[in-house]
Amino acid sequence: MNDSVAGIGARVLRREDFRFIKGRGKYVDDMVLPRQTYAAIVRSPHAHATINSIDSSAASAMPGVVKILTATDFEAFGGVPCGWLVNSQNGDPMVEPKHPILAEGKVRHVGDPIAVVIANTRGQARDAADAVEVDYSALPAVVSMRQAIDNPPAAVHDDAANNVCYDWAIGDKAEVDAAFASAAHVTRLEFTNNRVSPNAMEPRCAIGDYDTSNGDYTLYTTSQNPHVIRLLMGAFVLSIPEHKLRVYSPDVGGGFGSKIYHYAEEAIVTVAAKVLGRPVKWTSDRTEAFISDAHGRDHVTTAELAMDADGKFLGLRCDTLANMGAYLSTFAPCVPTYLHATLLAGQYKTPLIYCNVKAVFTNTVPVDAYRGAGRPEATYLLERVIDKAAREMKLDPAEIRRRNFIQPEDFPYQTPVALVYDIGDYEATLAAALKASDWDGFAARKAEAKSRGKLRGIGLSCYIEACGIAPSAVVGSLGARAGLYEAATIRVNPTGSISVLTGSHSHGQGHETTFAQVVAEQLGQPIDNIDIVHGDTARIPFGMGTYGSRSIAVGGTAIVKAVDKIIAKGKKIAAHLMEASADDVVFENGMFKVAGTDKEIDFGSVALTAYVPHNYPLDEIEPGLEETAFYDPANFTFPAGSYVCEVEIDPETGVVEVCSMHASDDFGEIINPMIVEGQVHGGLVQGIGQALLEQAVYDDNGQLLTASYNDYTMPRADDMPNFTVDHQITACTHNPLGVKGCGEAGAIGSPPAVINAIVDALGEYGVEHIEMPATPRKVWRAIHSAKN
Amino acid sequence: MSKTHVTCTVNGEETEFLCDSNQTVLDVLREDLGLTGSKEGCGSGDCGACSVLVDGRLVCSCLMFGSEAEGTSITTIEGIADGENLHPVQSQFLKHAALQCGFCTPGLIVATKALLDANPSPTDEEARYWLAGNLCRCTGYDKIMNAVHAAAAELRGESA
Repeated sequence: MNDSVAGIGARVLRREDFRFIKGRGKYVDDMVLPRQTYAAIVRSPHAHATINSIDSSAASAMPGVVKILTATDFEAFGGVPCGWLVNSQNGDPMVEPKHPILAEGKVRHVGDPIAVVIANTRGQARDAADAVEVDYSALPAVVSMRQAIDNPPAAVHDDAANNVCYDWAIGDKAEVDAAFASAAHVTRLEFTNNRVSPNAMEPRCAIGDYDTSNGDYTLYTTSQNPHVIRLLMGAFVLSIPEHKLRVYSPDVGGGFGSKIYHYAEEAIVTVAAKVLGRPVKWTSDRTEAFISDAHGRDHVTTAELAMDADGKFLGLRCDTLANMGAYLSTFAPCVPTYLHATLLAGQYKTPLIYCNVKAVFTNTVPVDAYRGAGRPEATYLLERVIDKAAREMKLDPAEIRRRNFIQPEDFPYQTPVALVYDIGDYEATLAAALKASDWDGFAARKAEAKSRGKLRGIGLSCYIEACGIAPSAVVGSLGARAGLYEAATIRVNPTGSISVLTGSHSHGQGHETTFAQVVAEQLGQPIDNIDIVHGDTARIPFGMGTYGSRSIAVGGTAIVKAVDKIIAKGKKIAAHLMEASADDVVFENGMFKVAGTDKEIDFGSVALTAYVPHNYPLDEIEPGLEETAFYDPANFTFPAGSYVCEVEIDPETGVVEVCSMHASDDFGEIINPMIVEGQVHGGLVQGIGQALLEQAVYDDNGQLLTASYNDYTMPRADDMPNFTVDHQITACTHNPLGVKGCGEAGAIGSPPAVINAIVDALGEYGVEHIEMPATPRKVWRAIHSAKN
Repeated sequence: MSKTHVTCTVNGEETEFLCDSNQTVLDVLREDLGLTGSKEGCGSGDCGACSVLVDGRLVCSCLMFGSEAEGTSITTIEGIADGENLHPVQSQFLKHAALQCGFCTPGLIVATKALLDANPSPTDEEARYWLAGNLCRCTGYDKIMNAVHAAAAELRGESA
């Protein structure tokens, strides 16, 4: 590392924080455009109903109301598109019903948008929205997935028989069944992976603007991937060509997946801005967020693990119902299939795996990727069933995992579920986690807790993740309707400062720091001379955005590739200036040098020469110093790690306290350890939140009972301990930085560690499983039903 | 609808505004006074992103009407620093990377200042309970707590 430039590996303070700590961040809702109007959306109070009529006459007459739009105003436009096609095992394509911008004759979940009221102030718009009268005929609601397919009370969509979107499978069922037939022991677990609401602290917001003089649209939106929104909304919904549509996502207040997707409100404000000739802003309130942001998880699964007498895994057989909600959100179909079932090898040499996934429509908010997206569900499945198996076979939880680990010499390792892991060292992260958590000393802590009347438990989880979904050709063959590369431009300005235009988007990840460290290191330039520009389709060449922990592995590599081009061109310029052959020029610590001589010239002089080419090889190269690279990875990256959680339970109340959580992760090379720690901490708390506190609860009528912070339990400061983390490193083999990604690991590895710890604490009561969230009520009941 | 004329002090400056009866202090700060540092995360007083000090007391500005601000002194995130000199709470949040997306940060910094004004030496439990009204979805609170304790120590003169 070059200390003077704060390069790779340095704990550089986050540069974006200087504006945030002063309240000077610039989020979409902070923006006020001249003559801006405000939109409020009339949403369905019913889970399932036909719309008989909409009467907006009273609302239209209310103060400040400018316009009211309903579905008829959107007839010329397409529906909200889905970005991934999954085929059923019989070859049929998934059922893909239209997802209208505003409900067309029928509402399918509480919160389904019906009409848009636009007024001069936010208060006027909301008051008038309350005055829009909609006459409904309520229909039976489809809520339970099992009921939806076995005994459907209604059809969410007429073209989806038994409410099934697709019936997909991976693996050879006959071979897996044969392995089970010969197994010495089979462990079986049925469970639900609870539905959660992402809850980025910034509610979604969108402002549409239209320039009547040239027909240019601008959409300001809280997105993780503005170019994707431009593509989806421009090409598939509104038919606006890219050059007439700018999408800008400035500071965005967290996403966790929920701001990947193209939402109807973005199309609504864009259309409305043209209709009105005035900017239109819509800002979600928190309850709207609960009933319109895509939810996460919501799987009902049966998992069976077959083992020989020594606890060696022979086969894994799984059956999952995955809730899609009422419509297919942008990436929803791929989450339970290609991001879940393909991860079911975990860190283990399970030779045979079969997984059947049925995706189910229900009258609930659409479900899509949420921090981890399929991988937390896969990890929870594996790590819970393995823990149960260890208990049944009287093996130490660490030992049963060790006996089945893929070993360092096995890489590259072809799993039976399509993926090829490039590298890892699962023993290393396990050993680090056991040591840091003093696994061997647990019995004494349990005894001490017991002396205080508390039940103490310890839980282990070993996860694997697949980040940087790629390559495009492979994901295309699996149904992705987009490429999954990333783009970057390095613009060296005439006086040597550097603008890095990246297609990745930062909404908390600290890219303005991490990416600048990478460029500082590679170009040997002070970090203060480097700016990271992101989030604006008018300034960035192209970009697929940020999700799936892809930014450093894919976006960072695109930056490196563009830097390589800068250096290559710089060498030619330097060679000309130093009257040497470009082949003899090397670039080190910001200096171009002629190898084996004392001739050298600094980066800034080369930059200036490129823009003031008085003495320049114009016959060989063009002036200027700006390069763009698109990078399409050769493979996923595979972060992995081991987490250990300790809990104490008060048997009188059922309250679970997380006493400690240790995370040992292998993210490959680390650019900024401080930022990586923060990413892990945040993920851990989202995972602990899922395990102990959070659940989006629907009643039998499809009413969301948890649509405010009074009802949905978010993790708060007093619920959590501080954490310990460490990093073991095996460098990714197929990108130049050797990086893997760190954004989701915490949320993937922690839920099973927490539940395993709780089940361990309740071992004396014979409790074999407890469903997430493990609320005091559930834990208390488990203790007392066992007692009785 | 007639508007209410309000005179108060915002970040040390005498300020006048006209507000509708349904406008909250948060609405006035953000929409009328251009002070967009305070955020609306829930509008129901459950997330603390809109935290401000009113006459030194920690308040969710989404729960207070603009018309109730008459005669008060309000401090927002924009008034925490002394000019370009950061308040120790701000500098320790920066130093400890106690923020990620930054949306909850203004509220957390204001709430931490209020905590340390009231209790210069909070235990970890006291600090966590005080800040339990401020939701953060990014950091897991770990680095926030480190920053809070470091700021407390700095304000007590124990470290730079």
